[in-house]
Amino acid sequence: MALNLAYFAWVRDRMGVADEVVELPADIADLTALLTWLAGRDERGALAFAEPQRIRAAIDGVMMGPGAPLADAREVALFPPVTGG
Amino acid sequence: MIRVAVQPAAIDVGAEFDLHDAGGHGASASFIGRVRGDGDLTELFLEHHPAMTEAGLGDLAHAAADRWQLAALTLIHRVGAMAPGDTIVLVLASSPHRSGALAACEFLIDRLKTDVMLWKRETFADGRVAWVEARAGDEVRAERWNQ
Repeated sequence: MALNLAYFAWVRDRMGVADEVVELPADIADLTALLTWLAGRDERGALAFAEPQRIRAAIDGVMMGPGAPLADAREVALFPPVTGG
Repeated sequence: MIRVAVQPAAIDVGAEFDLHDAGGHGASASFIGRVRGDGDLTELFLEHHPAMTEAGLGDLAHAAADRWQLAALTLIHRVGAMAPGDTIVLVLASSPHRSGALAACEFLIDRLKTDVMLWKRETFADGRVAWVEARAGDEVRAERWNQ
């Protein structure tokens, strides 16, 4: 399954790109599995996603928790906890 | 009237208040957040999401309007590069009585710190660059509005 990934703040710095399209293995079914897969994929992924508890996510514009399913997702945004205000 | 904006341009607090207050309201509360110059900070950069940041502010504004009787609400967040002293965020809430105006103003500033896609990056005089870490206290303050 092709999936658009978008990165923000230090996640983007560590990944080296703002977004990319990935071909997801069939067994990556939810956000938790996606973070584990990205952390194991290459060195930059290991840097960005070594501590998945520090990562927040939105699927197609809606903030989601760690167990959220990826079926039907078109874009997943991955980012640190927000610090506005 | 609800006005929500995410903008790279400087926030004109006086002009925004005049616009907000055009009808005159019984009670108006305001919050202005500014860039502090702590530790030789030279630049504060606010990163945002092109669509989700403004949508997030809009959701918060409507949540406040559902919860309190508000006559007018202004919620403006600046993004991009800022210098010490610049206004980052402006919240104006008006209601027939003070309780709604004050509560809505505090609700909005507490929740936008945890619910809206914005990230601060600091640059210091010695060249250091660091992303600001979220504070646990912010989560606690935001969460109490759910109780």
